[in-house]
Amino acid sequence: MIVAPALSVEGLSVDFRTRAGMVRALDNVSFSVAKGETIALVGESGSGKSVTAYAVMGILDPAGRVSAGRAVLGGLDLLSATPSQLAEVRGREIAMIFQNPRTALNPIRTVGRQIADVLIRHGNVPRREAPEQAVEMLRSVGITDPGRRAKAYPFEMSGGMCQRVMIGIALAAKPSLLIADEPTTGLDVTTQAVIMDLVNDLAKELGMATIFITHDLALAGQRSARIVVMHAGHVVENAPTKDLYEQPRHPYTAELIAATPDSAASLDELASIPGSLPDLRRTDLPPCRYSERCPRKIAACAQPLPHAELDPGHMVACWHPLPKRPKGATALGAPKVSAA
Amino acid sequence: MTDIAATVRPASGSAAMLRHARYVIGENPVTGLAFGLFVLIVVAAVIGPWIVPFDPLASDTVVALKPPTLVHWFGTDQLGRDVFSRVVVATRLDFIIAVASVALVFLMGGLAGVAAGYFGGWTDRIVSRIADTIMAFPLFVLAMGIVAALGNTVQNIILATAIINFPLYARIARAEANIRREAGYVEAARLSGNTEWRILTFHILPNVFPLMVVQMSLTMGYAILNAAGLSFIGLGVRAPTPEWGIMVAEGAANIISGEWWIAFFPGAALMVAVFCFNLLGDGLRDMVDPRRRT
Amino acid sequence: MTALLDVAEFSKLFPVGGPGAWSRLKRRFSGEAENLPKVYAVDNVSFVIEKGETVGLVGESGCGKSTLVRALTRLIDQSDGSVKLGTRELSLTPSREFARDPDRARIQMVFQDAGESVNPRFTAFDAIADPLRRLRNLQGKALKERVELVATQCGLPLPFLTRFPHQLSGGQRARVGIARAMAVQPDLLVLDEPTAALDVSVQVVILQLLQQLKKEYGMSYLFVSHELSVVRLLCDRVLVMYLGKIVESGPAAEVFEHPLHPYTQALVAAVPRFGDNANGRLRLMGEPRSPIDPDPNVCRFYGRCQRGTDACKATMPALRQFGARKVACHFAEEFLPPSIS
Repeated sequence: MIVAPALSVEGLSVDFRTRAGMVRALDNVSFSVAKGETIALVGESGSGKSVTAYAVMGILDPAGRVSAGRAVLGGLDLLSATPSQLAEVRGREIAMIFQNPRTALNPIRTVGRQIADVLIRHGNVPRREAPEQAVEMLRSVGITDPGRRAKAYPFEMSGGMCQRVMIGIALAAKPSLLIADEPTTGLDVTTQAVIMDLVNDLAKELGMATIFITHDLALAGQRSARIVVMHAGHVVENAPTKDLYEQPRHPYTAELIAATPDSAASLDELASIPGSLPDLRRTDLPPCRYSERCPRKIAACAQPLPHAELDPGHMVACWHPLPKRPKGATALGAPKVSAA
Repeated sequence: MTDIAATVRPASGSAAMLRHARYVIGENPVTGLAFGLFVLIVVAAVIGPWIVPFDPLASDTVVALKPPTLVHWFGTDQLGRDVFSRVVVATRLDFIIAVASVALVFLMGGLAGVAAGYFGGWTDRIVSRIADTIMAFPLFVLAMGIVAALGNTVQNIILATAIINFPLYARIARAEANIRREAGYVEAARLSGNTEWRILTFHILPNVFPLMVVQMSLTMGYAILNAAGLSFIGLGVRAPTPEWGIMVAEGAANIISGEWWIAFFPGAALMVAVFCFNLLGDGLRDMVDPRRRT
Repeated sequence: MTALLDVAEFSKLFPVGGPGAWSRLKRRFSGEAENLPKVYAVDNVSFVIEKGETVGLVGESGCGKSTLVRALTRLIDQSDGSVKLGTRELSLTPSREFARDPDRARIQMVFQDAGESVNPRFTAFDAIADPLRRLRNLQGKALKERVELVATQCGLPLPFLTRFPHQLSGGQRARVGIARAMAVQPDLLVLDEPTAALDVSVQVVILQLLQQLKKEYGMSYLFVSHELSVVRLLCDRVLVMYLGKIVESGPAAEVFEHPLHPYTQALVAAVPRFGDNANGRLRLMGEPRSPIDPDPNVCRFYGRCQRGTDACKATMPALRQFGARKVACHFAEEFLPPSIS
């Protein structure tokens, strides 16, 4: 029995109009999230992970335009939906939390009111009962003394608390999909752990699917069942977490793992990723945007990217993927990416 | 924070600024228009007196109150003076008044404001109270009072205009300096052995200056209006010196009797000049605003 | 042998909600004591940095490390305590006058966000040249040569010297910040989260650069960061701060393998690692205690700690030494690895 995924992104391409011409920020991005699954979208800055989320939510910068693709949520293609259809779905079925909690909250509205707004609009809660339920929501996101805190303004609260409020707002209407865009960047690591626990627990309780966007590969691995690695607007690898760490097949993924301080025992073991991000404004970009930096480049790399499924559930967009490691070998040290 | 910035072309500052300037002017045609007008005004101010067909002060009562013709493009006034020549020659005076008063208020208000914003404490309190005192008066009335008290000269008009604009510049400069007081690069400058005065002069001021330049352009239009207004009510520039404000005053009574051109053309010149400076200020702001960069 | 930097009983307090000048004037004349509530940003901190050492300073927001660092680099004055650079007592010179001090060049700092810490109107060249002009009096050709040498050592290609910060990538800006700080060859370089804003791949390069520069110039580093995994790689020793106090210190590898203080334990447990799935973590409860006029007898960590006994409420735990380790907890003995106890 095949269960329909909560969200299925197919062939998403996004262009940005810039002073130097059209930039294809996303090129043929495809992945899906199953119901109740937590996946992570991982990439460095410029990889397009946030653009993907914004495109799906329909809140792209005015200079951006979806040029191709679908994002199907519960049977509805978000990218071609009418504004009224989107208004129904946003907040109710799909919600998003952002990186900087204090700026994402309305500074002149109390936090209790902000949650109540969502409950009234999307949760079908009568206006009279909304404040009380808002307080309950604050309690469930772990804010102590929620009755008093509901009357507070965002500037009176710490970063961690604001993030909890934002989670409360996002989950108030019990959506089926949550997109979390770098929700813990800028928070202390202990607060980060608590916030991520909260999101995970609530997701489990609500049976909610989560897309977790981050540049921190270790954090992604800790919290998600599956990782989608992005580079320069492409999805380069998509695999269950354990498989990704033990058997990274795309050279970029392997380099990313090797560059994370966690993976090394000493500074000399850390390897930096060769080259740099290509200039996306170029009109002569090769089909594989990593190929110019890649030590494993072969002639075949000039062809359009494949989306090979090397192992069940493990997709790699590469013509010369890393060979499979022998069983039992742990890859958590830096796998040396060679040209062979 | 993508690496795209790394591949951007420009090297030196002025080349990049020029290209950015051209981009802003090109992107918004209105800015281009304003820039063109500005050039026209400057040209008129510089070489106007030499190229006008008639002596602006020469009166010829025989041809008084003639409407615009091919000989007298803007007609003649009550004393038979050519309105066109007077309007063009007046450009220089009004332009000088505007530039001088703006330069003066930039020095006074800008420096006082930056010091107030950077050092805080009593410097801030004193400067702010002075600004508040000035703002307590209706500004035009204050200008009138200053000119009336000190005497009807062009210098006093310039001084009065500078004084009534002091609070605006001081406030802007103070706010900008205040924001930057604890900036990372200010701390770095302290670590590098800069004294507080050096930091103010070489680190803060260069960052505040561009925003002040924008404000200056916007104020120029207001300064011209102010000077014209003072002259209109008889304080300031006196007849027979050609100045747009006086000319409007002189021609105002004649509008009823049908000789509209005496007041209309200087008024139109005022309007065009103020319009031009305002648009120029907007364009400059676009050029200077870092958010528009890249 | 004299340590390079000797910090003893250092404190920095900030008055909270200070009223304006008038109330202060009134109070001065009426003879009332200055009884404002104070934030104990740094409270009685003591530690030593030896020559050639890399010491890490970790702690979360509000622990006081930024304040401590600014006081050590003489950007702000201390409230109490001593800071000795070699044999010289720095606390005797007010921070306002330190800019022209001959020892100014001996302590320099690399800032967290190089974009913010380089004047947007300065080119990379100007930024690196500034301390050389002010502190080493270099001019003209000598200046140009030194700037170019330093830029090359920091991996910044010479053509980039004419660029402005907004024209440089994050990694290049970081290099400018480092070049500027080490151009005057300081004895102590304080690095305030220098790689926090950088991508992982750029971070590697910058860290390796820092390592290399340290070897070449024999500088000591004080590396402030909240990223434990980076501190573990770069630092010889580490100091852990919480709410203004040092709660633990010791060799970096040991502190992270066997944290002794409950806070360090929670910190280490919270760091995401490959191949773990966040189950059974040590979680901190509640919110940190208020840093305003804290009770001097109550342990700062009381209330968030998994354990909270009467002893914790009655006596502030002192920083006690166990071999090369120091811990401020009444129950430190329970966690000691067998090698030490």
